[in-house]
Amino acid sequence: MAETHDRGGGEPPVIAPGHSYATVTATIADVVLKRPLDWRWFVGMGAGTSLIMLLGAAVSLLLFKGVGIWGINAPVMWGWAIVNFVWWIGIGHAGTLISAILYLLKQQWRTSINRFTEAMTLFAVMCAGMFPLLHMGRPWKFWWLFPYPATMDLLPQWRSPLVWDVFAVSTYFTVSLLFWYVGLIPDLATLRDRAGNTFLAKVYGSLALGWRGSGRHWARYKTAYMLLAAMATPLVVSVHSVVSLDFTAGIIPGWHSTVFPPFFVAGAIFSGFAMVLTLCIPLRSWYGLKDFITLKHLDYMSRVLLATGMIVGYGYASETFVAWYGGNPFERHALLHARPWGSFRHAYWMMIFCNVMVPQLLWSPAIRRNPMVLWIISIFVNIGMWLERYVIVVTSLSEDFLPSSWAYFTPTFWDVAVFLGTIGFFVFCLFLFVRSLPAIAMAEMRELVHETGHHGHAAQAHGETP
Amino acid sequence: MTAAHAHAGDAAENPAIYGLMAEFDAPEEVLRAARAAKAGGYTEFDTYTPFPVEGLDETFPGLSNYVGPTTFAGGLLGGLGGFLFMCWSAMIYYPHNIAGKPLYSWPAFIPITFELTVLGGSLAAVFGMLAYNGFPRPYHPVFNAPGFDLASDDRFFLCVQSEDPNFDPAATLAFLEGLGPRSVSVVPY
Repeated sequence: MAETHDRGGGEPPVIAPGHSYATVTATIADVVLKRPLDWRWFVGMGAGTSLIMLLGAAVSLLLFKGVGIWGINAPVMWGWAIVNFVWWIGIGHAGTLISAILYLLKQQWRTSINRFTEAMTLFAVMCAGMFPLLHMGRPWKFWWLFPYPATMDLLPQWRSPLVWDVFAVSTYFTVSLLFWYVGLIPDLATLRDRAGNTFLAKVYGSLALGWRGSGRHWARYKTAYMLLAAMATPLVVSVHSVVSLDFTAGIIPGWHSTVFPPFFVAGAIFSGFAMVLTLCIPLRSWYGLKDFITLKHLDYMSRVLLATGMIVGYGYASETFVAWYGGNPFERHALLHARPWGSFRHAYWMMIFCNVMVPQLLWSPAIRRNPMVLWIISIFVNIGMWLERYVIVVTSLSEDFLPSSWAYFTPTFWDVAVFLGTIGFFVFCLFLFVRSLPAIAMAEMRELVHETGHHGHAAQAHGETP
Repeated sequence: MTAAHAHAGDAAENPAIYGLMAEFDAPEEVLRAARAAKAGGYTEFDTYTPFPVEGLDETFPGLSNYVGPTTFAGGLLGGLGGFLFMCWSAMIYYPHNIAGKPLYSWPAFIPITFELTVLGGSLAAVFGMLAYNGFPRPYHPVFNAPGFDLASDDRFFLCVQSEDPNFDPAATLAFLEGLGPRSVSVVPY
């Protein structure tokens, strides 16, 4: 529907014309309550759960034998685990950006994509959280990272970025969960009222906590939501900055750089928006949500992708320039030789291709509004951003200061298995989410219908279509 | 309207009701109704809408909203508590020279202080909002109103409670009907 309107010329709308409060509710709630299962859901869920079984096997073997089953070695001690950790947590950042920052900026186009991108954030942070735990070697002692009254009388080392990271990531997960849940409360009430059977009504009713849309409740709700958005905004910037400090606080060549915090945050948003596009293009098509996630949304997300991609490209250029200009021979070796011309040069040039060159296609408005091409570009960016972290982690560690300690890095089957396993877990969570909770915020969409004034002018809007 | 009259007739005989509920089609109508209720001297009334309607907040007499100060207190508690805990831990509980860094190395404590400020503020905002709103509360008399399940879809309700000092079954019914609602019904306990 949205597509046909756009060909009439002009800007695509933020919500397709002709929608009323009731049609918004019905379209979104019916995906959960009425729609029969179809083969696509089974294929997706089947793929997800199969990979979860692979994850189970890989983690079991890891617990049994230790991190030696991975490809990590003496200089390259971080390997895929940390690459995957940074990749996943970066993906989460787009969800918070859309839900919090665009909310504070009163961007109407955020409304139809915030719910499922917040879900994406939660699932991505869960996947991210697995890697440092598994990488510890003895994950069953993870609680040593938190301050607790220990028999050993020890508390964490507060000056270490790795401890900051524990607090940053766990706070990020908690706040994202709270933000997501608060947004869900009115929609859970809608599902309760439409459930049609007592069991579902009780489940959704319990989760809705008894929400009844009271005006006095809305007043406090809006304040809480706005304050959460205001707190989540600096939080999301802090999280990836702290992640980058894990690197910069080390003296490894290629890591010890002040550009890292902003460079990492831009990269996180870049990769996150790519993942949002990867997910929402099939979602809007499979579940009949093209009226709500219109070409305008795809266009705007592509613009964010283009802008953050250029920042990331600037980051690469600036790293290279500073390595040359700074005169530190180890930095020079890492950035001017090891990365572009060394053992891992293929990863480096593939990264440049995916992150800097491919997004340049987005200058074309026709491409920004072509879902199929956008989806392919988003896959390139996902791969490129994974490679970026691979280049940062592996090249720097593999060739640090002393050539006699250098070693090449090769991942093993189990590195790949754990990574694919977390992708399976992510897919599993998303497919579960789409069929059990509203993927678009209904209350906010009704508000959008009210604001954009489509309500009550349905017939007129239909009449205008070419 | 006759059906509503019949319902309201029951209300006059039986004062043990929660209130009278008027049902509207549009947010502008419920806003107009809430303004009229305020102007008419009612204090114990509430609106039920499927999304927050701009301007309604100002119509509730005596609406208290302490979510802001609660969030501030939570953030202060989290940040200050975290910072002082780290100082105590590094300076008093287990003073230890690590790489010649001062025991009171406050810049290194800032990231965790910041995270705990946000954590404390967010927990206070959410749980404060839920507590002030009286949640969880799965049952409430307004759910008895006919057609109330549409309050989470596309209908807008205004309920004048029987607790209101100005509540009079007949007069309040007449007042609500004067607002041009879709229907008026009795909300039993």
